[in-house]
Amino acid sequence: MVTANNLVKSYAGKNKVPAVDHVSFSVNEGEIFGLIGPDGAGKTSIFRILTTLLLPDEGSATVARFDVVKDYKQIRNIIGYMPGRFSLYPDLSVEENLNFFATVFGTSIQENYNLIKEIYVQLEPFKKRRAGNLSGGMKQKLALCCALIHKPTVLFLDEPTTGVDPVSRKEFWEILKRLKAQGITILVSTPYMDEAVLCDRIALIQNGKILSIDTPALISASYPDKLFAVKANKMSTLLKALSEFPEKEASYAFGEYAHVAAKKDEPEFENKLKKYLENQRIENVEIKEITATIEDSFIKLLK
Amino acid sequence: MAEVVIKTHKLTKRFGNFIAVNEISFEVYKGEIFGFLGANGAGKTTAMRMLIGLSKPTSGSAAVAGFDVYKQTENIKKNIGYMSQKFSLYEDLTVLENISFYGGIYGLTDTEIKTKSDQLVTELGLQNQATKLVASLPLGWKQKLSFSVALLHEPKIIFLDEPTGGVDPLTRRQFWDLIYAASDEGVTIFVTTHYMDEAEYCNRISIMVDGKIEALDSPQNLKKQLNANSMDEVFYELARGAKRSE
Amino acid sequence: MKQFLAFVKKEFYHVLRDRRTLLILFGMPIAQILIFGFALTNEVKNEKILIIDNAKDIASQRIISEIAASKYFQIENSVTDPNQIVQDFKKGIIRVALIFPANFNKDLMHLHKAQLQIIADASDPNLATTLTNYISAIIQDYQSNLNQTYDIPLRIIPEVRMLYNPELKGAPNFVPGVMALVLMLICVLMTAISIVKEKETGTMEILLVSPFRPALVIVSKAVPYLLLSLINVATILLLSVFVLKVPVRGSVLLLFAESTLFIVTCLTLGIFISIKTNTQQVAMLVSLMGMLLPTVLFSGFMFPIENMPVALQVFSNIIPSKWYYIIVKSIMIKGVGFSMIWKETLALVAITLFLFFISIKSFKIRMA
Repeated sequence: MVTANNLVKSYAGKNKVPAVDHVSFSVNEGEIFGLIGPDGAGKTSIFRILTTLLLPDEGSATVARFDVVKDYKQIRNIIGYMPGRFSLYPDLSVEENLNFFATVFGTSIQENYNLIKEIYVQLEPFKKRRAGNLSGGMKQKLALCCALIHKPTVLFLDEPTTGVDPVSRKEFWEILKRLKAQGITILVSTPYMDEAVLCDRIALIQNGKILSIDTPALISASYPDKLFAVKANKMSTLLKALSEFPEKEASYAFGEYAHVAAKKDEPEFENKLKKYLENQRIENVEIKEITATIEDSFIKLLK
Repeated sequence: MAEVVIKTHKLTKRFGNFIAVNEISFEVYKGEIFGFLGANGAGKTTAMRMLIGLSKPTSGSAAVAGFDVYKQTENIKKNIGYMSQKFSLYEDLTVLENISFYGGIYGLTDTEIKTKSDQLVTELGLQNQATKLVASLPLGWKQKLSFSVALLHEPKIIFLDEPTGGVDPLTRRQFWDLIYAASDEGVTIFVTTHYMDEAEYCNRISIMVDGKIEALDSPQNLKKQLNANSMDEVFYELARGAKRSE
Repeated sequence: MKQFLAFVKKEFYHVLRDRRTLLILFGMPIAQILIFGFALTNEVKNEKILIIDNAKDIASQRIISEIAASKYFQIENSVTDPNQIVQDFKKGIIRVALIFPANFNKDLMHLHKAQLQIIADASDPNLATTLTNYISAIIQDYQSNLNQTYDIPLRIIPEVRMLYNPELKGAPNFVPGVMALVLMLICVLMTAISIVKEKETGTMEILLVSPFRPALVIVSKAVPYLLLSLINVATILLLSVFVLKVPVRGSVLLLFAESTLFIVTCLTLGIFISIKTNTQQVAMLVSLMGMLLPTVLFSGFMFPIENMPVALQVFSNIIPSKWYYIIVKSIMIKGVGFSMIWKETLALVAITLFLFFISIKSFKIRMA
């Protein structure tokens, strides 16, 4: 449904490092595809190229078989776009914004109401309120409605959950799952690693380059080292000790636990680690083997 | 009993009829890493602004580093460091110029500034970028530099407002290494964040919902109390019923 | 003190590294001195003066040659038909005329006094006064010379007729000028911000990724301001008629129609600025600073365009308010009809169409 082929984009004066550095990937019809990476990774630039807002310096891309450069008019008819920051009219009400965008797309709210119904019922009590006065979570929902109002074939969501509270974030992803069930192809970008798991396939991106593309499960499974979660009383002392442990491939904090990756071919890793920590007089040590998460994979790819 | 560096009692801030912060009371101890959490609109930014002397409370009391937030805000500002995503370094000044500027503001002597500059640049590995404009640094470096600059004048407490937003996972952890190092030296860290795994790095956390503090304890205890497996779940439980998410 | 110095040092860095500020800081004064020094003068030079010499005697010829010799005037004497004269005054082709009666010298010699008539276009009272003063001075000069050779004092009495504004009120010149200035500034400013605002706040982004048409967006942005500006025109006219006592001699309907055209021109210019700039700040700077000075200087109501270097005179032709000023003055003060001002109207239409087309062409359908 969406293909990107060796896209390159540089911005004048920005350190000569391209914002998008030979990026290629493809998105299948009806899947939720996640572009996962921190700020400055190039996600917004890629989205803008795909939504025909930016011309790539090199490379090509298609959306629903239309070329993003030559066939931009057709693409603009069939996609829904939610940019990274709130881009609706703050001085128009919820209702007025929806009506406006419906009209621009040559449709009406009634025509595709079933698509946005679930989201809109949450907004309905505030339909006369000015969009600028909505909370972050509500703004996102409204922006999503406006992007869906014309029943797009592909939905582009650029960091839809950034700056939104965790509760609204969860709700948002529930909505996305239901939209997928209606056959809409969805491209999402996010810096949150925990949202990566909710996608069908993901591309990890950093500094304009793609680090890896696959399903979340396969990316996790392809983590090359054995990974352990370690807990102790004090995280900072534990981290310090771990950083000096010779048998480790990597160690870093991970919430409640510290994650330690074992060097290859180290069969006795767990025992060695336990002894080492005891020698360091670290108390209440708990070690268990774990499967890598997307975040672990990302960190591995960054190093 | 550890020394109390921040103490509030029924601290409140009203904007007309709207009560942004509703009688919050809590204490923060020296050397602690204190996580100040809450959904957007819960009131944590407003509360923080009162503590750092940027906003005058409507009622209640608070003391930061022993100074009263109503009458002694200048003293508070001298003794704390502040770093936020929005308030950062000057993009059109170089790394060294920024350090020199903030050093000058806080009254450091030229020798002190020189020593600390060298120290900072070495610690962060910025030798090659020291004379480059801050605008040319990647986001993660800017954040780390911001943090270090906030510590230039050796404050007792440092307030961090969502310092790691949007930064890659590796840099985030490097940032927290800096936080740990500061905490080990006895600096008290008051940090707000949206990353629930970072909540785990704190000694204690408070969670604000609709202007009130709904929970205040160590991450482990909170999880036990609410029968949750992660801070994510803890937060979800508490913030779910928030009225202000409209 | 150290704190203070730290701040000062930082501010220096900011200023020196901001190219645009430096340009304005140093570039503007130089540009302004040059313009004000060279381009602008209130002096009268080579003003066409229509001389009708019914006497053709030695006195009139002498005076006429004095006038010809002066740098202030350029003699025009091809027109004799009174109707034509009236038309020429109305069209603004000539602004001053000198008429000698048939017995000029005879009257001077035998009656010891003679009259002549000076007619001036007083819609610009300052100019009219200056012109008549110059002529009077030349006549006085001749008179003094005569009186050196003759014992009996001879007097030449000029009878001055100020057309359109006999009381020499400032308002008739002032009101059209203000209308041109104010409407231009407001209309340009309003639309200049409109598109840029959408670019800045980000609402443009979603709009671009939709099947919209640039021409529609442009026109829709201009419409509200058009209606509001007409209210402005009405207000100014009401104030000028009832408070400033400057009546509208010509057709009010025509005035409104031309004003509407002018407003559309300015709105389109504003939209063009909006399309070309990227921040509201720059858009405002360009429309206020960028438009203010040229409009004041080159619309002709403060400084006569004819006295400027040729290059600037040509340049003034692209300033919409120049044409509008002539149109308003003609209708309000001189009471002319459309047949007199169709050329100026055409100029405005041409400028508007040009701006409209380059706006559509420059409208970025992408973000970069």
